[in-house]
Amino acid sequence: MSYLFDHPDKVMPFFWEHVRLTFTSLLIALCIALPLGFVIAKYRKLQAPVTSVLGIIYTIPSMALYAALIPYTGLGKTTAMIGLVAYAQMILVRNVVAAIQGIDPMMIEAAKGMGMSKRQIVFRIEVPLAVPVVLAGIRVATVSIISIGTVAAWIGAGGLGRLIYQGLNHDHTGKIVAGTVTIALLAIGADLLFRIVEKIFSPRTA
Amino acid sequence: MKVIDQIREYFEGNSPVFFANLKTHVWLSSFSMILAMLVCIPLGIWISRRLKIANYIINAINIFRVIPSLAVLALAMPLLGVGFAPAAAALTLLAGPPILINTYIAFREINPAVKEAAYGMGMTPMQTIWKVELPLALPVMLAGIRTASVEIIASATLAVLIGGGGLGSYIINGVSMMSKSYLLIGAVPVAMLAILSEIAFSLLQRKTNYSH
Repeated sequence: MSYLFDHPDKVMPFFWEHVRLTFTSLLIALCIALPLGFVIAKYRKLQAPVTSVLGIIYTIPSMALYAALIPYTGLGKTTAMIGLVAYAQMILVRNVVAAIQGIDPMMIEAAKGMGMSKRQIVFRIEVPLAVPVVLAGIRVATVSIISIGTVAAWIGAGGLGRLIYQGLNHDHTGKIVAGTVTIALLAIGADLLFRIVEKIFSPRTA
Repeated sequence: MKVIDQIREYFEGNSPVFFANLKTHVWLSSFSMILAMLVCIPLGIWISRRLKIANYIINAINIFRVIPSLAVLALAMPLLGVGFAPAAAALTLLAGPPILINTYIAFREINPAVKEAAYGMGMTPMQTIWKVELPLALPVMLAGIRTASVEIIASATLAVLIGGGGLGSYIINGVSMMSKSYLLIGAVPVAMLAILSEIAFSLLQRKTNYSH
């Protein structure tokens, strides 16, 4: 623990690097997953092939995926982010599809019956009902990205994983503990933050 | 030289080394899985009967589960040293949560009327667990075991960092030496192991499902 408290100036840059890596990967992943999920939720024929391909990618261990990518994309942040975005797809797309298809058709019917326009139905019924499910996906994806991002430090992604690898290589307990404690706090903090956001956005049912 | 030739050349001289690494990887993963199952299945059944305690335990586990696997593995080194045992201990800890949570849910969701019927027929609580509840709970339990096994095969790749051996050594060395052939010798079998275990447990899950 002492390393963490004695050298916060050395730990914090790794922390922020990790946050940046996670945030960037999540944004890119969302830019792909939201439209993709929307499309396959509407065109159900595409659903089985897309989800099985994403499922297979998700099953491949991160180290193996990176090992396969390195010969083509080299070491560094780009390769790391390709992997992180790929893993997040499975979680995000699954939740986007569940969010859209989980809306009870009766709700839409009731909204129509109340005289809501198409626009009103989208923004006042469909979006509020879908958002909490999508947010749950974003939470799980964020935690996964933080976790796999730690492993990705081995191929040059930077972040807290690098501190852990340095500690492991040099048998430096202080660095190992500082890295693991900080990454654990980051992951738990992110999980908690998204749980709170989820709660705020869940429709009140009474 | 082409990569495929390099790989062939490696196997000509070193196939015993490869199979030793494969064996370590499989043994490390299955040992941790079995240990986690021996602890977490009884624990899951136990807490499914004590819902108040269960809530605390499940909440604590959900927080623990968020911690990256590399952090858990890395922390094993200062605490337990290097080698097979610390790696196995860390992997067991990582395998536990999905098994425990799914066992708990599976047993909690069993219709109380079914248990009532079993007691009414004169079955003892132990008989009810073995002959009635376990078969009904099995598909959901297997889903947890499947998740755990895929996670453990992946995390066992990192075990080499704390001296646990396994196929991860090819990937770690492959990155250090920038050797395409080493990277592939490690990556392909690890990916195959993970996919195979996913398929095997999915099939088993489907077979044990009574509701179909």
